[in-house]
Amino acid sequence: MSLTSQDIARIANLARLELKPEESERILTQINGFFGIVEAMQAIDTTGIEPMAHPVAAIQDITLRLRPDVASEPNQRDLNQQSAPAVERGLFLVPKVIE
Amino acid sequence: MSDLHNLSVKALATLLQTKEVSAVEVATRFLARTGGNPHNAYLDINSEVTLAQAQASDAKLANGTAGPLEGVPVAHKDVFVTRDFATTAGSKILSGYRSPFDATVVQRLRTAGMVTLGKLNCDEFAMGSANENSAYGPVQNPWDTARVPGGSSGGSAAAVAAGLAPAATGTDTGGSIRQPASFCGITGIKPTYGRASRYGMIAYASSLDQAGPMARSAEDCALLLSAMCGGDIDRDSTSLDMPTEDFNASLNNSLEGLRIGIPKEFFGEGLAADVRAAVDGALREYEKLGAKLVPISLPRTELSIPVYYIIAPAEASSNLSRFDGVKFGHRAKDYTDLVDMYKKTRAEGFGNEVKRRIMTGAYVLSHGYYDAYYLQAQKIRRMIADDFQNAFKECDVIAGPVAPFVAWRFGDNANDPVADYLADIFTLPASLAGLPGMSVPAGFGTGGMPVGLQLIGNYFKEAQLLNAAHRLQQATDFHLQKPAGV
Repeated sequence: MSLTSQDIARIANLARLELKPEESERILTQINGFFGIVEAMQAIDTTGIEPMAHPVAAIQDITLRLRPDVASEPNQRDLNQQSAPAVERGLFLVPKVIE
Repeated sequence: MSDLHNLSVKALATLLQTKEVSAVEVATRFLARTGGNPHNAYLDINSEVTLAQAQASDAKLANGTAGPLEGVPVAHKDVFVTRDFATTAGSKILSGYRSPFDATVVQRLRTAGMVTLGKLNCDEFAMGSANENSAYGPVQNPWDTARVPGGSSGGSAAAVAAGLAPAATGTDTGGSIRQPASFCGITGIKPTYGRASRYGMIAYASSLDQAGPMARSAEDCALLLSAMCGGDIDRDSTSLDMPTEDFNASLNNSLEGLRIGIPKEFFGEGLAADVRAAVDGALREYEKLGAKLVPISLPRTELSIPVYYIIAPAEASSNLSRFDGVKFGHRAKDYTDLVDMYKKTRAEGFGNEVKRRIMTGAYVLSHGYYDAYYLQAQKIRRMIADDFQNAFKECDVIAGPVAPFVAWRFGDNANDPVADYLADIFTLPASLAGLPGMSVPAGFGTGGMPVGLQLIGNYFKEAQLLNAAHRLQQATDFHLQKPAGV
């Protein structure tokens, strides 16, 4: 299996990355090189095997915790916004979305 | 005392508790050594903050409220967020970022009394095996400045090896503590996945990332690890609710009868002769200490490369979607609309390896490919973890090389990412299985470069690993060797 430059353009859009033509070219070559070693995975029979997300699940039941939906952190709006590129009156500014 | 920078964490803690030196004296010595930023190991230093912390430590030492590591300096890999130092994760996209809080690991080491020296260089978002992917320039290996320090915790390894910090934190996703520790001749341990909180550790691959200490000896690593680990159940959903443990308590246990598993797949033709000789030498030392070597097999070792390089980029592509030029860090200057702003910001802010992994990850998660790649990788991941459980029926710990060869020269693999990926073969299996693993200095190879022995333990057996490493360090002096001029 081999990716095409159309695949790269599609994925770059999904990933919200603007790629220069030479970058797309390089990434295409490199990803196809990498998928050469991924082929070995496809030959493995995994019938009946549960996918593993938390590795300690190899020896015990693990469920990822959910905590009650209550505020557990103090309000630090100013501190949280101190590194934002554009802020006004406590709001994050983005380019106009609705004309 | 002129050689403060060559003292162990243990020795510094003792001198501080007995007030033979002050925390300010120790901090001043290390700050002086970091002047001019040797090896490009540090990304942020703030002597005012460090000295204020040291003064507070001296006050606690004077009034009897000192923590066990009071006044001992530590530096943090730049993927841990810190309130008092800049945090970039080695990326341009986070330039100028200030965290409103400290990562749990940072805060726990502060509670133990440690004084923060600064933040350490690393591969961008911890993606790399050579520290060549930092947006702030590569770190040099203190043993040979023409060679890489390993990665991604390259700044951490170089700082400890060069006496720029007595200890450092690192993170290990696919080998990022063990491999640089091996390349720089220091000791490092990655605990069982879930033992150290990931809260405030900038996420690369959430199901793999784990924090751990890097220092000169197993004893020092045990001191830090005891302070770092512990449940953080309200803030990290993957944190295991386990009590803290004193990893120093069993360091001196006898190794008589310890069964060390030797996986045949770790000693194949890809292993360089110099690394093999050093590893074999360490294994002979273990036999002298009463351990028995048991041949074992980890049959899916090679598969761990594609499995890891599917799972980690998939999780990374999701985690790194938060860097969008809105909430923190860099934003592109010229753009036409919101989507264009995202795309340009991310194009400018991310480096090549990060873009490559985001692209790979987005592809394997995309419609029509998820089952064939991500799900298949997660299934084989379980088979790899099961292989370890089978092996542990016959042995107590597993030993082998950390990396197939010693630290390479800058630029050797630069245009071939797959060559870097292949070099991770011996660290990836334990990462995928979430097992504790460490690197212990085992000798020297080509060019006088350090070689690390990898020890892998079963889940929650960090104490046993540290015991095995400590006993080796009582019998050998590889961990006491220093690069010229340190």
